[in-house]
Amino acid sequence: MMIPKKSNPEFTKVQELVYKLKVRDAMTKDLITADPGTWMRELREILRSSRISGAPVIKEDRLVGLISIEDFIKWLAEGGEKCTIKDRMSTDIKVLYEDEPLTHAVSNLEQTGFGRLPVIGRKNGRLKGIITKGDIIETLLHKLEIDYHDEEIQRYRASHIFEDIIGDKVALTFQNHVKGKDFNLAGEASSGLKKTLERLGMPPLVVRKAAIASYEAEMNLVIYTDGGTITVAVQLDKIRMDVKDNGPGIADIQKAMEPGYSTAPNWVRELGFGAGMGLVNIKKCSDKMDIESKIGKGTHLKIRINVDSAQHQSNAG
Amino acid sequence: MTKKLNNKMNLAHIKNVLEAEVLCGHDYLDKEIKLVYASDLMSDVLSFVKSGSFLLTGLTNSQVIRTAEMAEISAVCFVNGKTPQPDTINLADEKKIPLIVTKLLMYECCGRLHEKGLAGDDDSEKIES
Repeated sequence: MMIPKKSNPEFTKVQELVYKLKVRDAMTKDLITADPGTWMRELREILRSSRISGAPVIKEDRLVGLISIEDFIKWLAEGGEKCTIKDRMSTDIKVLYEDEPLTHAVSNLEQTGFGRLPVIGRKNGRLKGIITKGDIIETLLHKLEIDYHDEEIQRYRASHIFEDIIGDKVALTFQNHVKGKDFNLAGEASSGLKKTLERLGMPPLVVRKAAIASYEAEMNLVIYTDGGTITVAVQLDKIRMDVKDNGPGIADIQKAMEPGYSTAPNWVRELGFGAGMGLVNIKKCSDKMDIESKIGKGTHLKIRINVDSAQHQSNAG
Repeated sequence: MTKKLNNKMNLAHIKNVLEAEVLCGHDYLDKEIKLVYASDLMSDVLSFVKSGSFLLTGLTNSQVIRTAEMAEISAVCFVNGKTPQPDTINLADEKKIPLIVTKLLMYECCGRLHEKGLAGDDDSEKIES
């Protein structure tokens, strides 16, 4: 068995499937069987008319052997003497139980070198079907396609939610609470926002701008306040973000907007923030930004990111 | 300076150039890197970094990973031999962001990657409005 160096998701998915699926899920049930008493010269027509390359040989409901086109060719090459299928069929055959995992079929086909293996019921030992490599590949592809399709449908639904809702003005609003002074959790709200916007089918550049603006705002809540809320309203043409806290408030907003101006203590700077770029970054990412702040009361930061203009930019770039 | 910086390299190659060790994201070493950004200041990273860049930093806390997530950084290298806390590595693992660590100093790392023709900036994406 080949062991891949890197486990890419497709491989893992197939691996999962060959263990989950049973032999009966992939086998062919509508069987063309051959009778051991049939003449070998008739075999070609049986195989050709059903477009198969081999068939199990059945006598009184019991599997007695396998006959294939290869056996037929070999028989021809050896002179094509008059004989029955019984004389030319393989009798030393490996069988599979219908409830075995598909991976057993894969390894058995590999080991025996046979093109097909008969499948029998575990209880009565009767022939239930036949399985080929082609059957396995077809089943896996089909299953993968279904899973992929399900994923596509989910995405489709999320990104078309706006078309499904009827209204002159539709906005999807969600709110996250941000805990103050908790650096381990800082960023979780923005991480969630980023995922949500992606799921809603927002253009990549809009998602990036919103994520960065939200993250800077979230860091400000964590660094300077005892916590606050980030409320995001998503519309087809714009995203509005409202970041609110209950203090301490910004003393000089104009100064706070200057690149490099910061009141952050050293411990914040050691974390890679507090360099006086937060609000500057937020402004850079938004199409409109407003701050209202009262010392001791709190700050309300309003951000708007236009969806159309950003999309236009990313197309132009 | 006339050297044209338009090379690209996969992460496994960068790892060799920087004599680095992989901390997490072994499955993503075939990621292709075109741009590099170096900074210890996460605010600067958020402000200037281009999507898909490779980040060199001396900062090892979990906010580096958050920043990488928000700014769509494809992989992070910790310089000066600073190995981060398990928290940082776990978060990166969860966010599928590969981390590597090198004993080389920041300047040396930048120099080697520049020498290999990796750029710090390109004009294909602008965030300025």
